[in-house]
Amino acid sequence: MSRRSKTLSCPDEQATGNIAEALGAGLRPGDTVLLEGGIGAGKTFFARHLIQSLLLVPEDVPSPTYTLVQVYDAAPGEIWHCDLYRLSDPSQCIELGLEDAFDTAICLVEWPDRLGSLAPVGALTITLAATGTEGARALELSWTDPKWETRLEGVAT
Amino acid sequence: MPGHANTGIVRNSPECYLPNSIQATARLMTDRLTILGIESSCDDTAAAVLRREPDGDTQILSSVVVGQEALHRDFGGVVPEIAARAHAVKLDGCVVDALSEAGVSLSDIDAIAVTAGPGLIGGVLSGVMLAKGLSAGLGRPLIGVNHLAGHALTPRLTDGLPYPYLMLLASGGHCQFLIVRGPDSFSRLGGTIDDAPGEAFDKTARLLALPQPGGPAVEEAALSGNPERFALPRPLLDRPGCDMSFSGLKTALLRQRDQLVEAEGGLRQSDRADICASFQAAVCDVLTVKARRALKTYLNESPAEPAFAIAGGVSANQTIRASLKALCAEHDVRFTAPPLRLCTDNAAMIAYAGMEQFIAGHRDDMTLTARPRWPLDRSVAPLIGSGKKGAKA
Repeated sequence: MSRRSKTLSCPDEQATGNIAEALGAGLRPGDTVLLEGGIGAGKTFFARHLIQSLLLVPEDVPSPTYTLVQVYDAAPGEIWHCDLYRLSDPSQCIELGLEDAFDTAICLVEWPDRLGSLAPVGALTITLAATGTEGARALELSWTDPKWETRLEGVAT
Repeated sequence: MPGHANTGIVRNSPECYLPNSIQATARLMTDRLTILGIESSCDDTAAAVLRREPDGDTQILSSVVVGQEALHRDFGGVVPEIAARAHAVKLDGCVVDALSEAGVSLSDIDAIAVTAGPGLIGGVLSGVMLAKGLSAGLGRPLIGVNHLAGHALTPRLTDGLPYPYLMLLASGGHCQFLIVRGPDSFSRLGGTIDDAPGEAFDKTARLLALPQPGGPAVEEAALSGNPERFALPRPLLDRPGCDMSFSGLKTALLRQRDQLVEAEGGLRQSDRADICASFQAAVCDVLTVKARRALKTYLNESPAEPAFAIAGGVSANQTIRASLKALCAEHDVRFTAPPLRLCTDNAAMIAYAGMEQFIAGHRDDMTLTARPRWPLDRSVAPLIGSGKKGAKA
């Protein structure tokens, strides 16, 4: 499978939020989105928008930095929002139950480099970066699994 | 207080409200009580023994916290005990140590209080399972405690604050203003819609290559810095109410850092100090302005003995503490901040919250489960945070 990619540029937070919602609308249990980018790139912002657009009952979406994982009940199924920054070894990801969640839930993973070889091959990777003006972001989406061609049909700036 | 009638924490066993239990409660007020507390919802594993004398005097007989020695500076923070197994391995030893330090045996324990959430499910479950086992084996009551209630009631343990008091709970993972009305009754006036301030301090330290934990490192660097050199944003100050946002501050700081690096080829020590001071000033301003509003709402209720308490790791910051203390002095409100060892995660606060709830007649049974999410105040809408955009749903 060859890697395909798509770059989107978002002039403001609203545009980034819209992409998160559009992506969320197509997600199914078993889909994993890996969110890459440094501190302040907007990973949690993106995940929060996506989750809130799918929640059955509105609720807080706090940062998962300290709790590592927050699990939500959403329309298409369970959503796992993970921040792996504080982990040092892929074995800890197994202890968190991530391997099973990759099969049964929608997983949004921040700092996915901690996964090592555990990263699902079918995942969508989104790399966020702050660009010139305040609030603007560049999003690079890349994938190998052909399922993302249809999942991403409604996603555009 | 209208609108707060159903803010109590939902219990598993309705039997606890039966009249005979109320009679038992009246008797309990005159008994000596020894409570074992267990906490395993976060990174640390903890157990504590608390004793309440018939005259109401309450002492921490022991408070054991295991896990902090795992501080891993190279990695940048406390290595989390993510596995139920890791907590389970330490829990037994923690309880044994807590009992032995307190000089009591299991048979002296009148009730077992355990954190039942919110937190990482594996950790919470291992504590709950141990507490259930002890409760069943000893034939002593079980009380599931909300971890945040433990923090929120700590000023009663340390300073004997009377209800209702205003509370700012500000730590790495939490930030909210609460009016604490009773052991099971909390009104949330507002909270962060994204990051907690402790997290903002930690991430600021990460961005500036300062050591972890970030709170003390940023505070120390800020000592020699100019808080007015960089105009960092004060998010949500323009919005009414007590909600806060700290995520945008992090992004603004990042931009400032990158501009400096580009202009000067790197960060001078004075730049770092100035960024830290400017950042700390921004957090302090936000907390103080929102605290002023929270205080106004609280004082409108005309509490007999008005008091404001700050708890959580952020309360260790001297600039923030001094600012909130001055605010209280201005309003003639008593200000308290429990000592840091009782502000960070510990089991003495769980034993204390459990004790108050026990006296109020609460009991849990073997159906007690771990709750990953458990808001203290169920009457208010969630903080549907999305930066400046606010509610989306």
